[in-house]
Amino acid sequence: MLTSRSLSGKTFDAFNALLMIALCVCTLYPFYNILVTSFNDPADAARGGITFWPREFSVENYKVVFRDDSMIRAFIVTIARTVIGTAAAVLFTGAFAYGISKSELVGRKLFLMMAIVTMYFSGGIIPYYLVVAKYLHMKGHFLVYIIPNLFNVFNAIIMLTFFRALPKEIEESAKIDGANDLRIFFQLVLPVSKPVLATVALYNAVFHWNAWYDAMLFGGEKLLTLQQILMQIISSNSNVSLIASQLGLGSVTAASLKLATMVITTLPIVFTYPFVQKYFVQGVMIGSVKG
Amino acid sequence: MSSIPAKRSLTKRIWLQRYLMILTLPAILWMILFNYVPMYGIIIAFQEYTPFKGFIHSDWTGLANFKELFDDPTFRESLSNTFKISVAKLVFGFPAPIVLALLLNELVFKRFKRVVQSLTYLPYFVSWVLVVGLMYTLLDPDTGVLAKLLVKLGLIGDETMLMGSAHSFLALVVITEIWKNIGWNSIIYLAAIAGIDPQMYEAAVMDGANRFQRVWHITLPAIKPTIIILLILSIGGLVNSNFDQMYLMQNSMTQDAANVLSVYSYKMGLVSGRFSYGTAVGLFQSLVAFVLMYLANYSSRKITKESLF
Repeated sequence: MLTSRSLSGKTFDAFNALLMIALCVCTLYPFYNILVTSFNDPADAARGGITFWPREFSVENYKVVFRDDSMIRAFIVTIARTVIGTAAAVLFTGAFAYGISKSELVGRKLFLMMAIVTMYFSGGIIPYYLVVAKYLHMKGHFLVYIIPNLFNVFNAIIMLTFFRALPKEIEESAKIDGANDLRIFFQLVLPVSKPVLATVALYNAVFHWNAWYDAMLFGGEKLLTLQQILMQIISSNSNVSLIASQLGLGSVTAASLKLATMVITTLPIVFTYPFVQKYFVQGVMIGSVKG
Repeated sequence: MSSIPAKRSLTKRIWLQRYLMILTLPAILWMILFNYVPMYGIIIAFQEYTPFKGFIHSDWTGLANFKELFDDPTFRESLSNTFKISVAKLVFGFPAPIVLALLLNELVFKRFKRVVQSLTYLPYFVSWVLVVGLMYTLLDPDTGVLAKLLVKLGLIGDETMLMGSAHSFLALVVITEIWKNIGWNSIIYLAAIAGIDPQMYEAAVMDGANRFQRVWHITLPAIKPTIIILLILSIGGLVNSNFDQMYLMQNSMTQDAANVLSVYSYKMGLVSGRFSYGTAVGLFQSLVAFVLMYLANYSSRKITKESLF
């Protein structure tokens, strides 16, 4: 930095660095702990005391989890909603943001106002539930995960900010060549918008992967998501003991299956995170310029 | 494009923009369905909603639901819990990312700083379901590593079920909230700090200001607008104390402590099927949130000249 440091300054630096290391340990260790414990022999793990390495290595927990039909089903449902839901939401929200980014759009102010109002006011969970379940009859249908999550006003603002900053020349010359707005959006604008598309796609993907609430409200047994299963396991333990008893696997305990499920639902996020985290931060930066 | 006549008829203009409209209008329709119709549905707070009669034709009951609300001891409990938890989160949770941002900014090795930043963002992206699962695992009195550590340090007794104790509930709520969000929430402060003119610091060094004085007299005043805007927003969010966290952290031992407005609204409306009563709880919650945000904004404008709107 700027000056040579005094002794007290150096002491502070050392203390500060140690504090930050401690913070990182607090952040990461819980994940590490469930990872190593989940790879330990279940009966042995019940004695406790597994801290840095499995005492008796075993993949028994994972075998049981991956043999369970409801678990595999939840896996498929969760991956499907993440992939389809993300792609659909990025296009749907992006299309709106692109339209709104054109100053000549008739009704632009009204549309923008309608979107901004929803940032501050909502009907609350019960009217929302009634609309989705009783009026639109979407309960128990896979599309209940996709359609109600097609649009997000914060993501729209991030994309709007990006589209506005794009150079006008390309679009104008395309217009002179006779291309219409749909073609311009899909063939010219989207390809050059990859950074913002990645950011918004990641927010959507994390949302879909972590979603449990809409699964609880609208899903039902056939459409359980991974998080919903995990929630059931955590809150009751009934599901896993049922799985274990059906399979007649004595050594696997409810607690050990819980660990394996936690690891499985979290690994995709932890593993992809280092490669994509710059896109996450990008979104906050763009969003905060407006907000 | 001077050859185009200045005024065209509205229909002509819309026709010329038809492809732009095709891109824009689906989202407008979506908002009407999923935002505005539910907003209209708030009227059932003043009705006795029955699914057969729907939003429009259910019987009006005026303020009966709200009268019942204020006589309902569980509602009063949820109100006081909401305030307790919100104030604790505000007092401990709000300054935490500011302190982190200031400390990160003082780190000498910038590479190290980036690594710490990236790692502390991570918990923001995992679900509350997982966070609560982690807590049950780490705090399990028989096998939990953290529980064992706390026992060794003499902070809790052997066999204490921390997750099943109404006493430790508030502390656990605040600690997990900080654990999950401290890194992510510090981004915005770090961005504000990065925008400060380095000449200010150079001038301060010339004047003999030490590091603490530089933070106090330059960094903090420079990020004050950011702090205030975020403070107003979080005061508005006070009564919306995180539904996910509260709902998932409750168990048979802690459900009284975890009974906040959003959880009570959900339980009344969707678990017990009292749609109108649950909506009344939710509407009350939104009103308090709005009034608090307005007051925070108003006093901030008076005192510091900074405001959100």
